Amino acid sequence: MSHIPAELKYVNSHEWLRLEADGTVTIGITDHAQELLGDIVFVELPQVGDELAADATAGVVESVKAASDVYAPIAGEVVAVNDALVDAPELANTEPYGAAWFFRVKPADASVLDGLMTAEQYAKEIGL
Amino acid sequence: MTTKTTPLYESHLAANAKMVDFAGWLMPIHYGSQLKEHDIVRTDAGMFDVSHMCVLDIVGSEAKAFLRFLIANDVEKLSTEGKALYSGMLTPEGTVIDDLIVYLTHYGYRMVVNAGTADKDIAWMLKQAANFDVQIHVRRELAMIAIQGPNAIAKVCKVIHEDWEDAVKALNVFQGFPFGPVEDGWFIARTGYTGEDGLEIMLPSDEAATFWQALLSVGIAPIGLGARDTLRLEAGMNLYGHDMDETISPLAAGMGWTIAWQPAERDFIGRVALEAERAAGVAFKQVGLVLEGRGVLREGQIVEVAGVGQGVITSGTFSPTLKHSVAIARVPAATQDTDTVQVDLRGTLTDVRVVKMPFVRNGKKVFA
Repeated sequence: MSHIPAELKYVNSHEWLRLEADGTVTIGITDHAQELLGDIVFVELPQVGDELAADATAGVVESVKAASDVYAPIAGEVVAVNDALVDAPELANTEPYGAAWFFRVKPADASVLDGLMTAEQYAKEIGL
Repeated sequence: MTTKTTPLYESHLAANAKMVDFAGWLMPIHYGSQLKEHDIVRTDAGMFDVSHMCVLDIVGSEAKAFLRFLIANDVEKLSTEGKALYSGMLTPEGTVIDDLIVYLTHYGYRMVVNAGTADKDIAWMLKQAANFDVQIHVRRELAMIAIQGPNAIAKVCKVIHEDWEDAVKALNVFQGFPFGPVEDGWFIARTGYTGEDGLEIMLPSDEAATFWQALLSVGIAPIGLGARDTLRLEAGMNLYGHDMDETISPLAAGMGWTIAWQPAERDFIGRVALEAERAAGVAFKQVGLVLEGRGVLREGQIVEVAGVGQGVITSGTFSPTLKHSVAIARVPAATQDTDTVQVDLRGTLTDVRVVKMPFVRNGKKVFA
Protein backbone atom coordinates (compact mmCIF):
# COMPACT_ATOMS: atom_id res chain seq x y z
CA MET A 1 0.00 0.00 0.00
CA SER A 2 1.43 3.37 -1.02
CA HIS A 3 2.22 5.92 1.63
CA ILE A 4 0.66 9.37 1.02
CA PRO A 5 1.63 11.97 3.65
CA ALA A 6 -1.33 14.21 4.51
CA GLU A 7 0.70 17.44 4.69
CA LEU A 8 1.89 17.37 1.05
CA LYS A 9 0.31 18.42 -2.25
CA TYR A 10 0.21 16.16 -5.31
CA VAL A 11 -0.19 16.22 -9.09
CA ASN A 12 -1.43 13.44 -11.33
CA SER A 13 2.01 12.92 -12.89
CA HIS A 14 2.95 11.54 -9.42
CA GLU A 15 5.11 14.34 -8.05
CA TRP A 16 4.61 15.63 -4.50
CA LEU A 17 5.19 19.25 -3.34
CA ARG A 18 6.01 20.64 0.09
CA LEU A 19 5.86 24.37 0.87
CA GLU A 20 8.87 25.22 3.04
CA ALA A 21 9.00 27.91 5.73
CA ASP A 22 11.18 30.13 3.50
CA GLY A 23 8.58 30.13 0.72
CA THR A 24 10.41 27.68 -1.53
CA VAL A 25 8.75 24.45 -2.69
CA THR A 26 10.41 21.02 -2.51
CA ILE A 27 9.43 18.48 -5.16
CA GLY A 28 9.85 14.71 -5.39
CA ILE A 29 8.10 11.63 -6.75
CA THR A 30 5.50 9.73 -4.77
CA ASP A 31 5.74 6.32 -3.13
CA HIS A 32 3.18 5.13 -5.68
CA ALA A 33 5.43 6.34 -8.54
CA GLN A 34 8.50 4.53 -7.21
CA GLU A 35 6.44 1.36 -6.75
CA LEU A 36 5.33 1.53 -10.36
CA LEU A 37 8.88 2.11 -11.58
CA GLY A 38 10.58 -0.61 -9.56
CA ASP A 39 14.30 -0.44 -8.76
CA ILE A 40 15.54 3.06 -9.64
CA VAL A 41 19.06 3.14 -11.11
CA PHE A 42 19.61 6.66 -12.53
CA VAL A 43 18.19 10.10 -11.79
CA GLU A 44 18.73 13.29 -13.81
CA LEU A 45 17.89 16.60 -12.18
CA PRO A 46 17.50 20.18 -13.45
CA GLN A 47 20.26 22.72 -12.77
CA VAL A 48 20.15 25.39 -10.12
CA GLY A 49 19.08 28.60 -11.85
CA ASP A 50 16.83 26.87 -14.42
CA GLU A 51 13.53 28.66 -14.93
CA LEU A 52 10.90 25.95 -15.21
CA ALA A 53 7.42 26.40 -16.65
CA ALA A 54 4.57 24.50 -15.04
CA ASP A 55 4.41 20.93 -16.44
CA ALA A 56 7.82 21.30 -18.13
CA THR A 57 10.18 18.34 -18.06
CA ALA A 58 12.53 18.86 -15.14
CA GLY A 59 14.42 15.59 -15.05
CA VAL A 60 14.40 11.88 -15.71
CA VAL A 61 14.10 8.88 -13.46
CA GLU A 62 15.26 5.55 -14.87
CA SER A 63 14.42 2.23 -13.30
CA VAL A 64 15.55 -1.20 -14.42
CA LYS A 65 12.18 -1.40 -16.13
CA ALA A 66 11.57 2.02 -17.70
CA ALA A 67 12.57 5.66 -18.08
CA SER A 68 10.12 8.37 -16.97
CA ASP A 69 10.17 12.13 -17.15
CA VAL A 70 9.90 14.11 -13.96
CA TYR A 71 7.79 17.26 -14.35
CA ALA A 72 7.81 20.63 -12.65
CA PRO A 73 4.33 20.74 -11.13
CA ILE A 74 4.54 24.55 -10.76
CA ALA A 75 6.48 27.33 -12.48
CA GLY A 76 9.55 28.73 -10.74
CA GLU A 77 13.31 29.03 -10.53
CA VAL A 78 15.30 26.01 -9.40
CA VAL A 79 17.11 27.03 -6.18
CA ALA A 80 18.47 23.62 -5.10
CA VAL A 81 18.88 20.07 -6.41
CA ASN A 82 19.49 16.88 -4.46
CA ASP A 83 22.95 15.67 -5.47
CA ALA A 84 22.76 12.87 -2.89
CA LEU A 85 19.94 11.36 -4.96
CA VAL A 86 22.09 11.39 -8.11
CA ASP A 87 24.77 9.45 -6.22
CA ALA A 88 22.28 7.05 -4.62
CA PRO A 89 19.21 6.83 -6.87
CA GLU A 90 17.89 3.87 -4.85
CA LEU A 91 16.89 6.39 -2.17
CA ALA A 92 13.90 7.15 -4.39
CA ASN A 93 12.68 3.63 -3.67
CA THR A 94 13.29 3.70 0.06
CA GLU A 95 12.67 7.31 1.13
CA PRO A 96 10.51 8.96 -1.53
CA TYR A 97 9.32 11.75 0.79
CA GLY A 98 12.54 12.27 2.71
CA ALA A 99 16.14 11.87 1.56
CA ALA A 100 14.97 11.39 -2.04
CA TRP A 101 13.57 14.87 -2.72
CA PHE A 102 14.45 15.86 -6.32
CA PHE A 103 14.68 19.67 -6.52
CA ARG A 104 13.47 22.87 -4.89
CA VAL A 105 11.97 25.87 -6.66
CA LYS A 106 11.24 29.47 -5.78
CA PRO A 107 7.67 29.54 -7.10
CA ALA A 108 6.53 32.24 -9.51
CA ASP A 109 3.17 32.13 -7.74
CA ALA A 110 2.91 30.10 -4.52
CA SER A 111 -0.88 30.38 -4.47
CA VAL A 112 -0.96 27.82 -7.33
CA LEU A 113 -0.31 25.17 -4.66
CA ASP A 114 -3.77 25.69 -3.24
CA GLY A 115 -5.31 24.33 -6.44
CA LEU A 116 -3.27 21.09 -6.45
CA MET A 117 -4.46 17.75 -5.11
CA THR A 118 -4.60 16.97 -1.41
CA ALA A 119 -3.42 13.58 -0.12
CA GLU A 120 -7.02 12.43 -0.06
CA GLN A 121 -7.61 13.48 -3.65
CA TYR A 122 -4.36 11.86 -4.80
CA ALA A 123 -5.27 8.62 -3.05
CA LYS A 124 -8.53 8.61 -4.99
CA GLU A 125 -6.67 9.46 -8.22
CA ILE A 126 -4.47 6.36 -7.92
CA GLY A 127 -7.39 4.18 -6.93
CA LEU A 128 -6.69 3.70 -3.23
CA MET B 1 -8.12 -14.34 -22.48
CA THR B 2 -8.20 -16.12 -19.15
CA THR B 3 -4.99 -15.58 -17.25
CA LYS B 4 -3.47 -18.92 -16.29
CA THR B 5 -1.74 -19.64 -13.00
CA THR B 6 0.95 -22.16 -12.11
CA PRO B 7 0.78 -24.63 -9.19
CA LEU B 8 3.00 -22.16 -7.29
CA TYR B 9 0.60 -19.22 -7.49
CA GLU B 10 -0.28 -19.35 -3.78
CA SER B 11 3.42 -19.75 -2.89
CA HIS B 12 4.19 -16.53 -4.78
CA LEU B 13 1.46 -14.60 -2.99
CA ALA B 14 2.74 -15.91 0.35
CA ALA B 15 6.20 -14.55 -0.56
CA ASN B 16 4.74 -11.09 -1.35
CA ALA B 17 5.29 -11.37 -5.08
CA LYS B 18 4.19 -8.62 -7.41
CA MET B 19 2.29 -10.58 -10.04
CA VAL B 20 2.01 -9.56 -13.70
CA ASP B 21 0.51 -11.01 -16.87
CA PHE B 22 3.26 -12.77 -18.82
CA ALA B 23 2.20 -14.42 -22.10
CA GLY B 24 -1.23 -15.14 -20.61
CA TRP B 25 0.19 -16.43 -17.31
CA LEU B 26 0.01 -14.65 -13.97
CA MET B 27 3.67 -14.71 -12.91
CA PRO B 28 5.87 -13.03 -10.26
CA ILE B 29 7.85 -10.09 -11.68
CA HIS B 30 9.67 -9.59 -8.37
CA TYR B 31 9.26 -10.20 -4.64
CA GLY B 32 10.33 -6.72 -3.54
CA SER B 33 13.51 -5.83 -5.42
CA GLN B 34 14.62 -7.10 -8.80
CA LEU B 35 18.17 -5.85 -8.12
CA LYS B 36 18.49 -7.81 -4.86
CA GLU B 37 17.10 -10.93 -6.49
CA HIS B 38 19.57 -10.59 -9.36
CA ASP B 39 22.43 -10.31 -6.90
CA ILE B 40 21.29 -13.38 -4.95
CA VAL B 41 21.47 -15.52 -8.10
CA ARG B 42 24.94 -14.19 -8.96
CA THR B 43 26.33 -14.78 -5.47
CA ASP B 44 24.27 -17.52 -3.76
CA ALA B 45 21.16 -19.36 -4.99
CA GLY B 46 17.72 -18.34 -6.17
CA MET B 47 14.73 -20.16 -7.66
CA PHE B 48 12.35 -19.34 -10.47
CA ASP B 49 8.92 -20.73 -11.12
CA VAL B 50 9.13 -21.60 -14.82
CA SER B 51 6.06 -23.84 -14.81
CA HIS B 52 4.56 -21.69 -17.55
CA MET B 53 7.09 -23.18 -19.95
CA CYS B 54 5.85 -26.28 -21.73
CA VAL B 55 7.34 -29.78 -21.39
CA LEU B 56 6.79 -32.23 -24.26
CA ASP B 57 7.76 -35.88 -24.56
CA ILE B 58 8.43 -37.10 -28.09
CA VAL B 59 8.37 -40.86 -28.48
CA GLY B 60 7.87 -43.49 -31.19
CA SER B 61 10.05 -45.44 -33.60
CA GLU B 62 10.70 -42.37 -35.74
CA ALA B 63 11.15 -39.81 -32.94
CA LYS B 64 14.78 -39.24 -33.90
CA ALA B 65 14.04 -38.90 -37.63
CA PHE B 66 11.21 -36.50 -36.81
CA LEU B 67 13.42 -34.24 -34.67
CA ARG B 68 16.22 -34.32 -37.25
CA PHE B 69 13.66 -32.87 -39.69
CA LEU B 70 11.89 -30.54 -37.24
CA ILE B 71 14.75 -28.54 -35.71
CA ALA B 72 17.89 -26.87 -37.05
CA ASN B 73 20.32 -28.44 -34.61
CA ASP B 74 20.89 -32.18 -34.96
CA VAL B 75 19.73 -34.60 -32.25
CA GLU B 76 22.20 -37.09 -33.74
CA LYS B 77 24.73 -35.15 -31.62
CA LEU B 78 23.00 -36.49 -28.50
CA SER B 79 25.31 -39.47 -28.26
CA THR B 80 24.52 -40.53 -24.72
CA GLU B 81 21.35 -40.60 -22.67
CA GLY B 82 20.82 -37.44 -20.65
CA LYS B 83 22.55 -35.05 -23.02
CA ALA B 84 20.73 -31.86 -23.97
CA LEU B 85 20.80 -29.69 -27.09
CA TYR B 86 19.73 -26.09 -27.66
CA SER B 87 18.08 -25.42 -31.01
CA GLY B 88 15.82 -23.21 -33.05
CA MET B 89 12.66 -24.58 -34.62
CA LEU B 90 12.35 -22.79 -37.96
CA THR B 91 9.79 -21.95 -40.61
CA PRO B 92 10.42 -23.12 -44.19
CA GLU B 93 11.45 -19.49 -44.82
CA GLY B 94 14.27 -19.88 -42.30
CA THR B 95 12.89 -17.74 -39.49
CA VAL B 96 12.52 -18.70 -35.84
CA ILE B 97 9.27 -20.29 -34.60
CA ASP B 98 10.80 -20.88 -31.17
CA ASP B 99 14.00 -21.73 -29.35
CA LEU B 100 14.02 -24.84 -27.22
CA ILE B 101 16.01 -27.47 -25.33
CA VAL B 102 15.76 -31.16 -26.18
CA TYR B 103 17.08 -33.98 -23.96
CA LEU B 104 17.76 -37.58 -24.99
CA THR B 105 16.02 -39.95 -22.56
CA HIS B 106 15.74 -43.71 -22.32
CA TYR B 107 12.15 -43.50 -23.57
CA GLY B 108 12.67 -40.99 -26.38
CA TYR B 109 13.14 -37.21 -26.18
CA ARG B 110 12.02 -34.52 -23.79
CA MET B 111 11.63 -30.99 -25.09
CA VAL B 112 11.03 -27.70 -23.25
CA VAL B 113 9.56 -24.78 -25.21
CA ASN B 114 8.60 -21.22 -24.30
CA ALA B 115 5.30 -20.37 -22.62
CA GLY B 116 4.12 -17.74 -25.08
CA THR B 117 4.80 -19.91 -28.11
CA ALA B 118 3.71 -23.31 -26.74
CA ASP B 119 0.32 -23.54 -28.47
CA LYS B 120 1.80 -22.42 -31.79
CA ASP B 121 4.71 -24.85 -31.39
CA ILE B 122 2.46 -27.82 -30.63
CA ALA B 123 0.21 -27.12 -33.63
CA TRP B 124 3.26 -26.84 -35.88
CA MET B 125 4.82 -30.01 -34.50
CA LEU B 126 1.62 -32.03 -34.89
CA LYS B 127 1.36 -30.89 -38.49
CA GLN B 128 4.96 -31.88 -39.22
CA ALA B 129 4.55 -35.19 -37.35
CA ALA B 130 1.90 -36.52 -39.74
CA ASN B 131 4.45 -38.37 -41.88
CA PHE B 132 6.35 -39.94 -38.97
CA ASP B 133 5.66 -42.73 -36.51
CA VAL B 134 5.89 -40.40 -33.53
CA GLN B 135 3.73 -39.35 -30.59
CA ILE B 136 3.93 -35.96 -28.90
CA HIS B 137 2.81 -35.91 -25.28
CA VAL B 138 2.17 -32.47 -23.78
CA ARG B 139 3.09 -32.71 -20.11
CA ARG B 140 1.02 -29.84 -18.72
CA GLU B 141 0.68 -31.78 -15.44
CA LEU B 142 4.34 -31.01 -14.71
CA ALA B 143 5.60 -27.96 -12.85
CA MET B 144 9.13 -26.66 -13.39
CA ILE B 145 11.46 -24.86 -10.99
CA ALA B 146 14.88 -23.49 -12.01
CA ILE B 147 17.39 -23.14 -9.16
CA GLN B 148 20.40 -21.05 -10.18
CA GLY B 149 23.53 -19.62 -8.60
CA PRO B 150 26.94 -20.75 -7.32
CA ASN B 151 25.37 -22.47 -4.29
CA ALA B 152 22.31 -23.82 -6.11
CA ILE B 153 23.28 -27.46 -6.49
CA ALA B 154 24.69 -27.80 -2.96
CA LYS B 155 21.52 -26.32 -1.46
CA VAL B 156 19.15 -28.38 -3.59
CA CYS B 157 20.99 -31.53 -2.51
CA LYS B 158 19.94 -30.85 1.09
CA VAL B 159 16.27 -31.31 0.22
CA ILE B 160 16.01 -33.89 -2.54
CA HIS B 161 15.53 -37.62 -2.05
CA GLU B 162 18.81 -38.78 -0.45
CA ASP B 163 19.21 -41.60 -2.96
CA TRP B 164 19.32 -39.01 -5.75
CA GLU B 165 21.99 -36.78 -4.25
CA ASP B 166 25.06 -38.44 -5.78
CA ALA B 167 23.51 -38.54 -9.22
CA VAL B 168 22.52 -34.87 -9.06
CA LYS B 169 26.04 -33.88 -7.97
CA ALA B 170 27.46 -35.95 -10.84
CA LEU B 171 25.35 -34.27 -13.54
CA ASN B 172 27.40 -32.70 -16.29
CA VAL B 173 26.52 -29.27 -17.64
CA PHE B 174 23.67 -29.58 -20.16
CA GLN B 175 22.66 -33.03 -18.98
CA GLY B 176 19.41 -34.20 -17.37
CA PHE B 177 17.62 -37.41 -16.44
CA PRO B 178 14.32 -38.67 -15.10
CA PHE B 179 14.73 -39.39 -11.38
CA GLY B 180 12.61 -42.28 -10.19
CA PRO B 181 10.08 -43.85 -12.55
CA VAL B 182 9.21 -41.63 -15.52
CA GLU B 183 5.51 -41.83 -14.67
CA ASP B 184 6.24 -40.14 -11.32
CA GLY B 185 7.34 -37.09 -13.28
CA TRP B 186 10.62 -35.96 -11.68
CA PHE B 187 13.34 -34.88 -14.10
CA ILE B 188 16.47 -33.03 -13.01
CA ALA B 189 18.81 -31.27 -15.45
CA ARG B 190 21.93 -29.16 -15.04
CA THR B 191 20.65 -26.41 -17.29
CA GLY B 192 19.36 -22.89 -16.84
CA TYR B 193 19.16 -19.44 -18.32
CA THR B 194 21.14 -17.12 -16.09
CA GLY B 195 24.83 -17.71 -16.88
CA GLU B 196 25.19 -19.44 -13.50
CA ASP B 197 25.49 -23.09 -12.56
CA GLY B 198 22.25 -24.66 -11.44
CA LEU B 199 19.39 -27.05 -12.06
CA GLU B 200 16.07 -27.13 -13.80
CA ILE B 201 13.68 -29.53 -12.08
CA MET B 202 10.46 -30.78 -13.59
CA LEU B 203 8.10 -32.41 -11.12
CA PRO B 204 4.42 -33.28 -10.64
CA SER B 205 2.32 -30.17 -10.13
CA ASP B 206 0.81 -31.46 -6.89
CA GLU B 207 4.29 -31.76 -5.34
CA ALA B 208 5.51 -28.34 -6.50
CA ALA B 209 4.37 -26.19 -3.56
CA THR B 210 5.85 -28.59 -0.99
CA PHE B 211 9.17 -28.75 -2.83
CA TRP B 212 9.21 -24.94 -3.21
CA GLN B 213 8.74 -24.67 0.54
CA ALA B 214 11.62 -27.11 1.13
CA LEU B 215 13.86 -25.04 -1.15
CA LEU B 216 12.91 -21.91 0.80
CA SER B 217 13.81 -23.69 4.04
CA VAL B 218 17.44 -24.18 2.91
CA GLY B 219 17.83 -20.53 2.02
CA ILE B 220 17.03 -20.52 -1.68
CA ALA B 221 15.32 -17.18 -2.42
CA PRO B 222 12.38 -16.82 -4.81
CA ILE B 223 13.37 -14.77 -7.88
CA GLY B 224 10.98 -13.06 -10.27
CA LEU B 225 10.89 -12.78 -14.03
CA GLY B 226 12.38 -9.27 -13.80
CA ALA B 227 15.70 -10.61 -12.55
CA ARG B 228 15.45 -13.56 -14.92
CA ASP B 229 15.56 -11.02 -17.73
CA THR B 230 18.56 -9.03 -16.43
CA LEU B 231 20.41 -12.27 -15.66
CA ARG B 232 19.89 -13.81 -19.11
CA LEU B 233 20.76 -10.53 -20.81
CA GLU B 234 24.03 -10.21 -18.89
CA ALA B 235 24.70 -13.80 -19.98
CA GLY B 236 24.08 -12.77 -23.61
CA MET B 237 21.23 -15.22 -24.07
CA ASN B 238 18.43 -14.62 -26.57
CA LEU B 239 14.83 -14.20 -25.49
CA TYR B 240 12.10 -15.23 -27.89
CA GLY B 241 9.89 -12.37 -29.05
CA HIS B 242 12.70 -9.89 -28.40
CA ASP B 243 16.00 -11.06 -29.88
CA MET B 244 14.40 -13.34 -32.44
CA ASP B 245 10.99 -14.29 -33.77
CA GLU B 246 9.30 -15.41 -36.98
CA THR B 247 10.57 -12.35 -38.83
CA ILE B 248 14.25 -13.06 -38.12
CA SER B 249 16.73 -15.59 -39.44
CA PRO B 250 18.76 -17.45 -36.81
CA LEU B 251 21.87 -16.33 -38.73
CA ALA B 252 21.02 -12.69 -37.99
CA ALA B 253 20.06 -13.42 -34.37
CA GLY B 254 23.30 -14.91 -33.06
CA MET B 255 22.01 -18.47 -33.43
CA GLY B 256 24.30 -19.58 -36.24
CA TRP B 257 26.08 -21.91 -33.81
CA THR B 258 22.85 -23.83 -33.25
CA ILE B 259 22.49 -24.79 -36.92
CA ALA B 260 23.96 -28.19 -37.75
CA TRP B 261 24.96 -27.89 -41.43
CA GLN B 262 26.62 -31.31 -41.44
CA PRO B 263 25.75 -33.88 -42.56
CA ALA B 264 24.80 -32.04 -45.77
CA GLU B 265 22.18 -34.64 -46.65
CA ARG B 266 20.09 -33.98 -43.52
CA ASP B 267 16.96 -32.20 -44.66
CA PHE B 268 15.56 -29.94 -41.92
CA ILE B 269 12.83 -27.33 -42.11
CA GLY B 270 14.35 -24.01 -43.14
CA ARG B 271 17.60 -25.49 -44.50
CA VAL B 272 17.07 -24.40 -48.11
CA ALA B 273 16.27 -20.82 -47.10
CA LEU B 274 19.25 -20.62 -44.73
CA GLU B 275 21.66 -21.96 -47.33
CA ALA B 276 20.45 -19.36 -49.81
CA GLU B 277 20.81 -16.63 -47.20
CA ARG B 278 24.30 -17.78 -46.31
CA ALA B 279 25.32 -17.91 -49.98
CA ALA B 280 23.99 -14.40 -50.61
CA GLY B 281 25.66 -13.05 -47.46
CA VAL B 282 23.83 -12.51 -44.18
CA ALA B 283 22.91 -8.81 -43.90
CA PHE B 284 22.77 -8.55 -40.10
CA LYS B 285 24.50 -9.99 -37.09
CA GLN B 286 24.05 -9.89 -33.34
CA VAL B 287 26.43 -7.97 -31.06
CA GLY B 288 26.59 -6.75 -27.50
CA LEU B 289 26.46 -3.05 -26.67
CA VAL B 290 27.91 -1.42 -23.57
CA LEU B 291 27.05 2.04 -22.27
CA GLU B 292 29.42 2.89 -19.45
CA GLY B 293 27.92 6.32 -18.77
CA ARG B 294 24.48 7.21 -17.49
CA GLY B 295 21.23 6.04 -19.00
CA VAL B 296 19.71 2.72 -19.98
CA LEU B 297 19.66 1.13 -23.44
CA ARG B 298 16.17 -0.13 -24.27
CA GLU B 299 14.63 -2.49 -26.79
CA GLY B 300 13.64 -0.75 -30.03
CA GLN B 301 16.25 2.01 -29.94
CA ILE B 302 18.00 2.60 -33.26
CA VAL B 303 21.75 1.92 -33.50
CA GLU B 304 23.71 4.11 -35.93
CA VAL B 305 26.90 2.50 -37.27
CA ALA B 306 28.95 5.19 -39.03
CA GLY B 307 29.54 4.39 -42.69
CA VAL B 308 27.78 1.06 -42.38
CA GLY B 309 24.09 1.63 -41.65
CA GLN B 310 21.48 1.20 -38.95
CA GLY B 311 20.64 -1.54 -36.51
CA VAL B 312 18.26 -1.95 -33.60
CA ILE B 313 18.47 -2.90 -29.93
CA THR B 314 16.54 -6.12 -29.37
CA SER B 315 17.04 -6.29 -25.56
CA GLY B 316 18.46 -3.60 -23.32
CA THR B 317 18.69 -3.12 -19.60
CA PHE B 318 20.65 -1.83 -16.64
CA SER B 319 23.14 -4.53 -15.67
CA PRO B 320 22.93 -4.99 -11.89
CA THR B 321 26.29 -6.81 -11.86
CA LEU B 322 28.18 -4.22 -13.95
CA LYS B 323 26.25 -1.14 -12.66
CA HIS B 324 25.77 0.26 -16.14
CA SER B 325 23.64 -0.51 -19.15
CA VAL B 326 24.16 -3.34 -21.65
CA ALA B 327 22.15 -4.43 -24.65
CA ILE B 328 21.81 -7.04 -27.36
CA ALA B 329 21.53 -5.48 -30.84
CA ARG B 330 21.05 -6.61 -34.41
CA VAL B 331 23.38 -4.53 -36.58
CA PRO B 332 24.67 -4.56 -40.18
CA ALA B 333 27.06 -7.47 -40.73
CA ALA B 334 29.96 -5.10 -41.54
CA THR B 335 29.91 -3.73 -37.97
CA GLN B 336 33.18 -4.55 -36.20
CA ASP B 337 33.35 -5.95 -32.68
CA THR B 338 35.60 -3.02 -31.74
CA ASP B 339 33.41 -0.24 -33.20
CA THR B 340 31.89 2.61 -31.30
CA VAL B 341 28.32 3.15 -32.46
CA GLN B 342 25.64 5.65 -31.51
CA VAL B 343 22.23 5.16 -29.94
CA ASP B 344 19.52 7.79 -29.73
CA LEU B 345 18.98 7.96 -25.96
CA ARG B 346 15.90 10.07 -25.36
CA GLY B 347 16.93 12.61 -27.99
CA THR B 348 20.71 12.53 -27.41
CA LEU B 349 22.97 10.56 -29.75
CA THR B 350 25.20 8.69 -27.31
CA ASP B 351 28.39 6.70 -27.97
CA VAL B 352 28.11 3.01 -27.15
CA ARG B 353 30.80 0.31 -27.45
CA VAL B 354 30.32 -2.84 -29.49
CA VAL B 355 31.57 -5.94 -27.65
CA LYS B 356 31.48 -9.70 -27.96
CA MET B 357 28.94 -11.28 -25.64
CA PRO B 358 28.40 -12.55 -22.99
CA PHE B 359 28.73 -9.60 -20.64
CA VAL B 360 28.82 -11.64 -17.42
CA ARG B 361 29.60 -15.29 -16.75
CA ASN B 362 29.69 -16.89 -13.30
CA GLY B 363 29.26 -13.52 -11.66
CA LYS B 364 32.22 -11.83 -13.42
CA LYS B 365 32.58 -9.34 -16.25
CA VAL B 366 33.86 -11.16 -19.34
CA PHE B 367 33.97 -8.70 -22.26
CA ALA B 368 37.10 -6.68 -22.97
